[in-house]
Parts: sequence; structure tokens; C-alpha cells
Amino acid sequence: MKELVIVSGKGGTGKTSVSAALAFLAPQKIMVDCDVDAANFHLISDAVIKKTHGFKAGFEPHSNEEICNNCGKCTTLCRFGAINAGIVTSLNCEGCGVCAFNCPEHAITMQEKEAGQWFVSDTSFGQLIHAELGLSIENSGKLVSKVRQEAKKIASNNSLPLILTDGPPGIGCPAIAALSGASLALAVVEPSLSSMHDLERLAELVSHFNLPIMVCINKSTLHKENTKELIDWCNSKAIPIAGQLPYSDAFRTALQSGKTVMETDDEDVKEQMKKLWKNIAKKLDIPERKSGLTFFQGKLNPFR
Amino acid sequence: MLISIASGKGGTGKTTLALLLAAAHSDITLVDSDVEEPNCHLFLKPQWLEEEEIKVIVPYINTDLCNGCGACSAACLFNAIAISGGKALLFDELCHSCGGCLLACQHGVISEDKKTIGTIMTGTSPILPNTCPIKGTLHVGTPSGVPLIKALKEKVSHLKGDILLDCPPGTSCSMVTGIKNSDFCILVTEPTPFGKHDLELAMNITHLLQIPTGVVINKSDEGTGDKSIEMLCQSHNLPVLAKIPHSLSFAKQYASGIIPDDFKPIATSIWEQLEARRRKEA
Repeated sequence: MKELVIVSGKGGTGKTSVSAALAFLAPQKIMVDCDVDAANFHLISDAVIKKTHGFKAGFEPHSNEEICNNCGKCTTLCRFGAINAGIVTSLNCEGCGVCAFNCPEHAITMQEKEAGQWFVSDTSFGQLIHAELGLSIENSGKLVSKVRQEAKKIASNNSLPLILTDGPPGIGCPAIAALSGASLALAVVEPSLSSMHDLERLAELVSHFNLPIMVCINKSTLHKENTKELIDWCNSKAIPIAGQLPYSDAFRTALQSGKTVMETDDEDVKEQMKKLWKNIAKKLDIPERKSGLTFFQGKLNPFR
Repeated sequence: MLISIASGKGGTGKTTLALLLAAAHSDITLVDSDVEEPNCHLFLKPQWLEEEEIKVIVPYINTDLCNGCGACSAACLFNAIAISGGKALLFDELCHSCGGCLLACQHGVISEDKKTIGTIMTGTSPILPNTCPIKGTLHVGTPSGVPLIKALKEKVSHLKGDILLDCPPGTSCSMVTGIKNSDFCILVTEPTPFGKHDLELAMNITHLLQIPTGVVINKSDEGTGDKSIEMLCQSHNLPVLAKIPHSLSFAKQYASGIIPDDFKPIATSIWEQLEARRRKEA
């Protein structure tokens, strides 16, 4: 089972649009949306939620007013300015438990915190695992790990060769949680100074994990000089370019109708997207398209 | 006035708007608090005058004295300390600097040390001489930018005059830390289903934090996407401060790191609206 994670560093370079197009092309896979605090994949894949699960992570203090004698020790010890004589400002609280463990009256207890929800959905391209982080909740990295874990279970139970992951932007905890232990990172980059700058930091992060990385240049025709510079940079770092997608309004119009770019009539983009997928499938060593034989083997195999 | 610029969805134009607003102001501080991927400097091409390392407190475990009792490990709700080979072992990337282990250790084994997580740079910009750029950069591999964003905000908290804060994308802890306590939050969106979906999440956050909020629609084409964002704003009772038209030539200039003059009147009109607000409040 291979895990492809689509990332970008900079946001808005086209991760979800590219992920959805690849989901359209890849024959057998499960999809995961790891951008848990601003998930979008379900909007482009006609997702219908089949199962909803609560997600608990981290802790929050609850103080018992009847026991609290307002001694103020919790207020003194809290480094986040989150508790004042037993009254918790949950927006500031990091859930460390210092107030509870050091309360002389044992008036404070730490309780597990509702941190969001995760979903199993059916989409036009197969199953999707996605999530919604609770409002202003920390633990996004943990929720990312959770959806990845669940996707792995389903993939292995159904002998699916690919987990296709739409990743989060940035290089912080959600990106780290989405990338660690994956098979391949695909960075969707546009030829803008911002996106190229952010790719450098992303590539540094990915190399921390010893993870193979490929680059997809999106909107490659927007700025030819930058595209060339980007290709040169990738070459100098021995990062393979998996594909180049021309600038096209088809992405935008497809999105407006909740479709992937593969369902539009922009033949050029579709052709380039197929090439991109072919290169990725080759790199991951997984079948590029559904073969009739595997399909029947799957159906007929009594041990499947 | 501290004005935060956030978005929910990434790549909608936070940095673009921050730069447009800075260019239309006579004297302003522009703080790049997207510490994972800061970009303002690519346009401002600043000369940095000052660089400061930002450190967080982490425990230092004197393993010679540690008897492996496990009290620190039990007290750490972030699982940042494990007991291995009869000694406490720290995983500092999980540490939240709460000091709980220090309080839990009965043998005086743990003291406090510091770890650098990033830098804050302050300078001047030859491109926008009226703007004081301040940039936070998180070290690659450091999971949380939150302490660095807090340090940035602490640094500008004593400044008078207007401050723009270019915030991280998303709606999780780093975005919340960015916009918290700002006097006004501008949410930048684009007229797509993705933009709208994430805008609503971001609106819920500013509502929760009780921050006055306005919306800017970037890449506007006056089509159905615009309408649906406008309806969302109406239902949340939030003003649409401006629309920045979809423009390929603007996108090309942005790609080369140039702040075009094309939309200066739009930025000026946003400042006028903010100014009117300020007068009304005063």
C-alpha cells in the first residue's frame, strides 16, 4: 500500500484541485483530506457522509467551585494566562494540567476534550476520510494522524494499493503529521516567488523525513521565466518534476460546479494531468489504470 | 489600530491585501506572522536592521541525578517525557513549555533550558519606505509557530499607530493566535466553493473571539461565486469591504514579486472604511 501526500508549502496553489483530478484518474484508492482545519476535498467529489465519529484529544481543566477557596495558586503557576482563581479562559488554555496537578485543594480535574469530528464518506471516486477540527482547537496534528490511520485500515482491509492524501499548507504540525512515514510527497507549486520560496522550506522539511518528493508545476504558463527558474532549482536539488499544468480557467469553472478539471473540456490540461498521474504511478510502482484482469481477480478471489 | 488579515483557505490573497493596504498608508508596521511560510519580504525586499532569536523554555533533565521515578512523565499531558533505561527522556518538539515536569520532580533533577524556535527580523523597505516590515520565521522542523506568533505580537504591542498583521492560513491554533486581540480582522476570500466554505469557518472564529470583522473578495468576477459570498456575509451581518477584480496581469506581477499600483483606490477605500469605524467608536 502506497501513500501519496499532496502538499504545497504556500496555500492556494491547487492542492485540492490536483488531488481531485488524480482521484479521478487513479483506479483503486482511498482518499484522505488532511487539511483538517479547512477541509475542501468533499466539496469537489460529491461526498455523502456515511459515518460520523467524534474525536477527543487533549485535556481541559474543570474546577469545582465548591471546593475552590480562591487561593490563586493555579493563576500563579499557569504560564498561558488561562486560569484565574479557578475560572478557565479556554481560548488561552493549552491543556497542560499544571493547574489541576498543583491545586492544594484538588478542586481541578482534567477532562478529555472534544476536538472535532471525522467522517467516512462515499464520493464519485471512492471512499473519503475527512475531518472537521473543533473551533479554535489545538490538536490538528493528532486529527491528521487519526484520519490517516483510519484510511490505512480501510485500504488494507480492501487491498487498495493507494492512499491519496490532500495535505495541509505550511510546514508546521499538521504538515509534519500528514507527511511522516508516507511513500511520496507531491508538491504543487506555482511559478510565483512566494510559492517557490515556500517550496524551498517544504523541501527542507521533507528531507528531514527522508521522503521522496516530486514537484507538479501548476499554472506553469503564468510566468515562463519563473517556471524555468523553478525547473532549474528542482534539477539542482535532484527533485523530479512529475508534471506541468498550464494556467487555465477550467480549474475555476470546474470548481464552481463541484467537478474536477478532468470533467471539463480543456483537453490540454486533461492531457497534462494524465501525464502527471502516469509519472506518479510509475514512481509509486502502482497500476496506472484499472486492468480487467485485476478487477476479475479481485472479484473472484475468495480470500480477498 | 491592530488589523489582522486572515482567510481560512490559503492562497486567497492575504499577503496581496496586506501589501496593497501598506502601500496606501503613510506610516505603518507590517508584521508577517505567517511564520511557517512568510512571504511579505519577497515583495518588500527589506534591509533587515535587527534580528532576534526567539526561544521557548524547555526542561533540562540532569540524567546523572534522575532515578527514573516517572513523576515528570506522568505529569506531562503532551507525552513529551518518557522513561527509558531508568532515566527521563525528553522529546522537546512535543513540549509546550508549561513547566509541569519541573513542579512534578521531587528530586531537583529538572531545570529550565531554552530552545530557539525561530527569528524575528525588523527592517526598512526600499519598495515601501513608509512601511516598517517585521517578519517571523519558524525554524524548519519546529511543529508549532504559536510561541513565535505570540512573540511577534508582544513585540508590536507597545507600538502606536496602525499595524497590519499578515496571518497564517487555516482556522487552527496559529491562525487564532494571529488574530486574537486584534481591533479588526479582514478575512480575504475568493468566490469559489472552497473560498466560501473556509470563509465561514474563519467567520465563526472571529465571532467566537468577538473581533469586528469585514470581508474582502479577491479574484472577483462579479459572477455567481461573488453573489454566494455576499449572501454569506449578509447572513453573518458582516460587511464586504471591497472586491479585488480577477486579473491575469495582476497575477503575473504578483508572481514576479511586484506590488502593482492598479488597485490602490481599492486599498484607499478600505482605509476610509476603517477610519470611519474608528471615528464612530471614538
